[in-house]
Amino acid sequence: MQKDMLLGSEAIAEGVKLARPKIIPAYPITPQTHIIEVLSEMTANGELDATFIRVESELSAAAAAMGASQAGVRTFTATSSHGLALMHEVLHWIVGARLPVVLVNANRAIGSPWNIWTDQTDSMTQRDLGWLQVYCETAQEALDTILQAFYIAEKIQLPFMVMIDGFILSHTLEEVLIPSQDEADEFLPPYKPEYFLDTNNPMSFGAAAKGDIFYLLRKSIEETMEGSFDYIDEAHKRFEKIFKRRYGLIDTYLLDDAEIVFVVAGALVGTTKVAIDTLRKNNVKAGLLKIRYFRPFPKKEIVEALKGDKKVVVFNKAVSFGSSGQITQEIKEAFYYEDKKPVLYDYVLSLGGKEVFVENIVDLANNLDNLDKFKILWRE
Amino acid sequence: MDFREIANVEYLNQGDFACPGCAAGLSMRHALKVLGDETVIVMPASCWSIIAGGLPTTALQVPLMHVPFATAAAVASGVKNAFREKGEPKKNVVCWAGDGGTFDIGLQAISGAAERREDIIYVCYDNEAYMNTGIQRSSATPPGAWTTTTPTGNPLIFEKKDMFNIIASHNPAYVATTTIAFPDDFYAKFEKAKNAKGFRFIHLLSSCPPGWRIDSKDSVSAMRLAVETGIFVMMEKEGEQEIKVTYKPEKFKPVREYFKLQGRYKHLDEETINVIQERINKRLKKLNLL
Ligand SMILES: Cc1ncc(C[n+]2csc(CCOP(=O)(O)OP(=O)(O)O)c2C)c(N)n1
Ligand code: SF4
Ligand SMILES: [Mg+2]
Repeated sequence: MQKDMLLGSEAIAEGVKLARPKIIPAYPITPQTHIIEVLSEMTANGELDATFIRVESELSAAAAAMGASQAGVRTFTATSSHGLALMHEVLHWIVGARLPVVLVNANRAIGSPWNIWTDQTDSMTQRDLGWLQVYCETAQEALDTILQAFYIAEKIQLPFMVMIDGFILSHTLEEVLIPSQDEADEFLPPYKPEYFLDTNNPMSFGAAAKGDIFYLLRKSIEETMEGSFDYIDEAHKRFEKIFKRRYGLIDTYLLDDAEIVFVVAGALVGTTKVAIDTLRKNNVKAGLLKIRYFRPFPKKEIVEALKGDKKVVVFNKAVSFGSSGQITQEIKEAFYYEDKKPVLYDYVLSLGGKEVFVENIVDLANNLDNLDKFKILWRE
Repeated sequence: MDFREIANVEYLNQGDFACPGCAAGLSMRHALKVLGDETVIVMPASCWSIIAGGLPTTALQVPLMHVPFATAAAVASGVKNAFREKGEPKKNVVCWAGDGGTFDIGLQAISGAAERREDIIYVCYDNEAYMNTGIQRSSATPPGAWTTTTPTGNPLIFEKKDMFNIIASHNPAYVATTTIAFPDDFYAKFEKAKNAKGFRFIHLLSSCPPGWRIDSKDSVSAMRLAVETGIFVMMEKEGEQEIKVTYKPEKFKPVREYFKLQGRYKHLDEETINVIQERINKRLKKLNLL
């Protein structure tokens, strides 16, 4: 283990290097570019023994990742925003083919109008695919999550999407603990798939399936998702043993006695924690629930964390127009069969990089009783 | 070509789902005899997605990966690089795609793969329309031809996209046009493609009885006539060498004979046929064949 000051993007590239992928197809898009620039350099100077494929689009990045993974090697790609949207068709296929591709998405708005700043529209609109989704708070968490992502994805044969907020994480310096290669190897064994494109054992992948078989295959994806909690838990324990850092499906901050709870995913967690400290100083019992895993959605843990007499403000950085913020939807759904439900406020706090300051969150907490819980809440 | 020279091994199983007389099935059968068992097929949406058979069966004796319509060349790039990383750089990674997946929706990925000098073989079986979805026009549909989206014939303002030269302009290791109606030519070109290294592209003319409105017994004759009338020219370009026409009939037949066989051209009047004949003559002159 070694300590260093790194940009979020560099920390991610370090994490990828430690995972020893063999193929990295990628296409540049702000704010993901640093990640693939560093990875290109690592593959060019031999630090990372892998092939970087400079594809001509994100559709082809996803497609080449699918091909490489089907050929049986560990595969990584990274994108953002329009790039993720352009990949959409292939992202479905990667799930259907049960390929453990790991993808880092630097969260960014999608046009029109053009906007390069962060929100979570890009990945939230990919939530139904069957990719696991984790939203990271820090560069350290992003680096660590990449190792965990490969470990879990390869165990359960489903792809894994790791989210970082564009710019806020990707372009900010942070002190990061970089595991040694030996430690990383101890955590993440080499990838040895059972089925792959093998000329000694020829078989077809993705051949047309009638309803009965297709239905079973889709059902098995859901069963795997539901069963994945055990593997995630095992990965976290294994990770803690080797690296002494603890991770969960969710995280909390001053939650136990909190009367107001902010639900947050991504780097906004940091700002919210500072706001909570300010509120606490003014005797407002505020706390935080961080959503780390969005897929699979940890309903049990979230219900457990939010039960009791709490007012819950959900901070969304995306919106499902005509419905509500996606995180709000999920939390409401989780409470459907609970007798006691918290009062829930559905806040769309920021889109397209609209700045969120500590005061905004403090003001909001002080005005909670004036808010309409039946509507999507928007800032001025 | 003496049929006894054709390898006795079969990589295409019996009972595939091709229509009777489908040249796309026939072409695969013979292509695989050349390519052999160290071959992996990457296949985008097309008639072949169905011909290959449904889960859990497969029509091929080599590994086959079905992929989204626009992605074959990119998927193959991933596959090939992965094989190289695994220390198996000799595997033939072969895209097998229709004209829609090649001339239209897949073109960007092909251009990318060709420009990157990906070490793959891309085969396009060109039946001159989107057959799998019911005979709609593609940019490979010839002027005049009926399809369900060109109900009065593909307007003459269009010309079939010149895929050979589009690929040739990427300076590939090998690019060729051929058809299984000329097995000598077909086999020789697959041999060359197999033995070259880098991006290789083979454009196959591939008759389709339902789409061309022909009797399945005329499937091979139609492809022969395409070459003998000069509407389809078999040629190749090896690396830096000049374009070479690999077959020239003693005398080109009038294109009318090719059209006569096919229901998709039955609405053409004399004037239209003459316009098309003129275009063919112009191209043949340019190639020094007339
Ligand atoms: C993105 C996308 N758009 C449309 C389709 C529908 N589709 C499937 S096969 C096909 C036609 C394929 O035509 P071609 O490539 O010429 O092959 P052929 O069917 O003629 O063998 C179409 C339009 C699809 N599968 N994917
Ligand atoms: S529709 Fe045409 S290309 Fe498709 S299987 Fe039938 S004959 Fe072959
Ligand atoms: Mg076609």
